[in-house]
Amino acid sequence: MSIDKRLIRKESLEKLFDILKQNKTIFAPVSKNGKISFKITDSFSSVEKEYIQTTQSSKESAFPRTEKILDFIKSKNSLDAKPFNVLEIPEVVLWGIRPCDAMGVGELNSIFNWDSKDEIYNSRLAKTTVIGFSCAKSDESCFCTSVGGNPGNTEGSDILFTRLGDGGDYLAEIITEKGAGIVALAPDIFQKPDNQDKNKYLAEVPVKFDRETIRKKLDRFFESEDWVERSLKCIGCGACAYVCPTCACFDIQDESHGKYGSRVRCWDSCGLSQFTLHTSGHNPREVQSQRWRQRIMHKFSYMPERLSIYGCTGCGRCSRACPVDMNILEHLISIQEVTL
Amino acid sequence: MMENIYMPYLMRIEKVTYEAPGVKTFMLKFINEDDQNNFNFKAGQFGEYSVYGVGESTFCIASSPTRKGYIECTFRQTGKVTNALAGCEEGNIVGFRGPYGNIFPLDEWKGKSLLFIAGGIALPPMRCVIWNALDLRENFKDVTIIYGARSVSDLVYKQELQDWEKRRDVKLITTVDPGGESPDWKGEIGFVPTIVEKVAPSSENTIAIVCGPPVMIKFTFPVLAKLGFKDENIYTTLENRMKCGFGKCGRCNVGKVYICKDGPVFTLAQLKQLPDEY
Repeated sequence: MSIDKRLIRKESLEKLFDILKQNKTIFAPVSKNGKISFKITDSFSSVEKEYIQTTQSSKESAFPRTEKILDFIKSKNSLDAKPFNVLEIPEVVLWGIRPCDAMGVGELNSIFNWDSKDEIYNSRLAKTTVIGFSCAKSDESCFCTSVGGNPGNTEGSDILFTRLGDGGDYLAEIITEKGAGIVALAPDIFQKPDNQDKNKYLAEVPVKFDRETIRKKLDRFFESEDWVERSLKCIGCGACAYVCPTCACFDIQDESHGKYGSRVRCWDSCGLSQFTLHTSGHNPREVQSQRWRQRIMHKFSYMPERLSIYGCTGCGRCSRACPVDMNILEHLISIQEVTL
Repeated sequence: MMENIYMPYLMRIEKVTYEAPGVKTFMLKFINEDDQNNFNFKAGQFGEYSVYGVGESTFCIASSPTRKGYIECTFRQTGKVTNALAGCEEGNIVGFRGPYGNIFPLDEWKGKSLLFIAGGIALPPMRCVIWNALDLRENFKDVTIIYGARSVSDLVYKQELQDWEKRRDVKLITTVDPGGESPDWKGEIGFVPTIVEKVAPSSENTIAIVCGPPVMIKFTFPVLAKLGFKDENIYTTLENRMKCGFGKCGRCNVGKVYICKDGPVFTLAQLKQLPDEY
């Protein structure tokens, strides 16, 4: 569908929020202990409005950090197992996500639907409406424009709001049928068509590198010594993966109490030393440089080749979250500049 | 409609066979008859076996697709799940999901001779292909099996080794590492690559299938090259840690190649294209 543009008064945002919360669970950026994360909230006043980027990405709404995949009841010679009932998944509104997180939805989709379709992920996503907010500000970690995004990118959002100047009203771009469904719930709030140019209100994020160039260089970069040098300080904590909007690696574990139990899926990270460890003790990626290489290669070489999509949206969280200042942007720029 | 792709079939342990110290074979039957009727697999594929409440573990299907109504797996007790499996008894219920991965192309091998080379606990992934080929014996010319283990007691499928030994249409050579022989041992003594060199099977119109610990594989490939085997006629099966089995959990890839989807079966020609990450 073509993008329908409307104007929404700044006072009306709260009204829209209150209408949505009547029938849907709202995940929105909420501040706690100095960190801003997407939490379930029904209070508009608790929602953060001024932030460059949330500490955690919004992927948790469709890919929770721990989720049941099946339940079972077990006794000596009988077993009853039931798949997680996807009908239990609530209708969710993801409020206030940045265009880089919205773009991450496409990347997760590619992984969870590579040949075999992941029912649980797809059901969560089908019940999620994404309300994005363009970026008026950025910081030195942001690089969306180098990976196919921009601060006003509509990709992945159902509705995208852009604030028309400090303290101003909002331009609402209605991008999908789901977005149109939201407009239908509150037709009075979405006013007459508006054709203001949003671009002058967006943050400026300079292009830092060309991802196609990096992809081609990576084809011949696997054996490079550069991985060792660049990852010397990496402590393998996995924080980069946990804050990333596109990292989808997971573990599967069983939890049980007496005869009742569940099998759960939980976030994992290629940066952790046990990720690929065999039972025999052999580890194909036994040192940290091999794990850091996997992280970059997966996002900028393997995913483009196997899934026709890059695994990075330039949100910059991994660089902000890293306790030892590993910086993916710096490394990517250096790979671009290397002569092979 | 989509289904939960993580949902295992419920399987009853029909029979437990002790193979070697710490190694057991389970014969598993589907509890649900529809599951059994709809289930198909081919030689080389693998699955996720689970003990509910403990977790899942990845290994090949060790029985042949020509034997219907059940599957078998052989495992060594090493980690959390295999220890829990080892504690299971006949009649207990476990989970199985699969089959996953690619196959040994037996159809393409029609009219050729087959040379199987296995070491230790790596005979199970090959046993599936061996029985598949023996059940369709007229499709192939010579069938040679060279199998070695650290010691006599570490040889798995002892009953089947005796059966293969007796067959006139199979040439079986067994060997144990020096010092691993028992007083009544009649087979060879020596490491698998050495024995392959000594037996010197012909590479003429022959496919070699090699499975074993990395060190055995490393030294067997050059011997095969010397015997005239081309890289594209040498097959092996790889393993890496896995959780999902279908390309999502992110840990079994070797470079851009996913063992769960593109493998586990590879030719030596394909292996040579892979980075050293397995």
